[in-house]
Amino acid sequence: MKIDNEVILNIAELAQLEVKDEMISQYADKMTAMLNLIEEMQSVNTDNIEPVSNPLDAVQTMREDKVTEKDLRDEYQAIAPEVDSGLYLVPRVVE
Amino acid sequence: MSHLGEWEVVIGLEIHTQLSTQSKIFSGASTKFGAEPNTQACAIDLGMPGVLPVVNKEVYRKAVTFGLGIGAEINKRSVFDRKNYFYPDLPKGYQITQLESPIVMGGHVEIVLDDGTSKVINVTRAHLEEDAGKSLHENYHNQTGIDLNRAGTPLLEIVSEPEMRSAEEAVAYARYIHQLVTYLGVSDGNMSQGSLRCDANVSIRKHGQQELGTRTETKNVNSFRFLEAAINFEVERQIGILESGGRVIQETRLYDAVKNETRSMRSKETATDYRYFPEPDLLPIVIDDAYIDAVRAEMPELPAQRAVRFVEQYQLSEVDAALLSSNLDLANYFEEVTAICGDPKPASNWIRVELLGLLNRDDIEISESPLPSAQLGKLIQRILDDTISGKIGKQVFEALWQGVARDVDDYIAHEGLKQVSDSGELEAIVDKVIADNPAQVEQFRAGKTKLMGFFVGQIMKETQGKANPKQVNALVSSRLND
Repeated sequence: MKIDNEVILNIAELAQLEVKDEMISQYADKMTAMLNLIEEMQSVNTDNIEPVSNPLDAVQTMREDKVTEKDLRDEYQAIAPEVDSGLYLVPRVVE
Repeated sequence: MSHLGEWEVVIGLEIHTQLSTQSKIFSGASTKFGAEPNTQACAIDLGMPGVLPVVNKEVYRKAVTFGLGIGAEINKRSVFDRKNYFYPDLPKGYQITQLESPIVMGGHVEIVLDDGTSKVINVTRAHLEEDAGKSLHENYHNQTGIDLNRAGTPLLEIVSEPEMRSAEEAVAYARYIHQLVTYLGVSDGNMSQGSLRCDANVSIRKHGQQELGTRTETKNVNSFRFLEAAINFEVERQIGILESGGRVIQETRLYDAVKNETRSMRSKETATDYRYFPEPDLLPIVIDDAYIDAVRAEMPELPAQRAVRFVEQYQLSEVDAALLSSNLDLANYFEEVTAICGDPKPASNWIRVELLGLLNRDDIEISESPLPSAQLGKLIQRILDDTISGKIGKQVFEALWQGVARDVDDYIAHEGLKQVSDSGELEAIVDKVIADNPAQVEQFRAGKTKLMGFFVGQIMKETQGKANPKQVNALVSSRLND
């Protein structure tokens, strides 16, 4: 599978990343190489093998349903760029 | 909608139910509604670097409870995934949800329509996910204010098959799910607080056509009335487009309750690419049969089971049993009143006729009833044991409703409402009424027996309604027929 410049620009936009023009084709080549490697791995027969969703061979432990967090709003908001009436302010988003 | 003509409506619903837990799905912050902005948003909810999510046990138990309630298959190994998108109310830049291996697979519910027919609606799946925060667009100097208290609140998204064929069916299905989640204690079901929100996928096609038409998704509808209106609007709109030779565009729409219309949410083409992948911060969750059996053993009675029991145990009619079991709080209220007064018939009558009448009139939920079940139970008991008459009972009921009376017995004693059953006292009053109305006595004796009602009325007036009507009737008739 070949990743072209257009795909790189699309991925960059989705990830909200800035990509320098001169880097685009380099990224495209590297990603194409990665996908080729994955393609090669996919040729292995994996019938009857449970997919691995986490490399650790363990299962999740869960916690009790208890409120354990204190209100630390003042501390968190002290490092926020802008706050008002307890709200974090961000550039206007229009729905 | 008789003008649908050749068009068939196809509806599928995605219902987001907020699970009623104390703490969030992945953090120990409180989920309590109505707190000051951001006072319940901890480092995990804020997506601070280095934090790790830990799954809330209760969230899992509630999801499994729901799955068992719809006869679904419980996935013994379920996995969380990341759904990536950028929006300020989602500080991590991704939502933790379940894509490939949701906790609940399949299942079905049976809905009953207004004409009495029933229909089975299949559920595709139900998966766990975290809620986002809230964006406030007004009054912040042309900026958007973000409250992250809701971020990380546990949600169960229940996805139906596209098997509903009208807004009525969709509303019946949504109501059933609402009833089920509240009955099971999975959610408080408080729709005004956003505990149950519907996304409606609507498309139309010609009758007999196999493939589905292009659908639109109307998001975040938070009342049954709006759901019906939004679907009907969308159906009309799509018919309008197709009949004028146009094409329905697959898109997300918002319902505007004020204008009663849906409108397109402006969204970029690319915004729908969520790039899901397994959540690396969470391991798969594995449960066994013993766990599922334990949850099943703790399942509360379902509405339909309770209605059947009401018919058997209390000899209620099926209609009354269905009404009284339709809501968990109402069903409990009925059983509490019955336990106190000892007779299900009057308990059912008083609740259905008097109490529900006033609750509906004033738009109050049974859980907020100004008249506690203990007092209504005692009131009925006092009527049954002849302490007060049924008529006085209504007066006491009013006083309790308005908060004038707090305790039935105190109020009866204080207001002197006890029924006059002392025959000596009553006889004196009967004699007085007869003596005061010689003309009517003469007419009665001349054959105008209708006047019986007049005498009884006069006596009730004299006693301010406190006389036992049966006793009065007997006394008057024995005196006048002498």
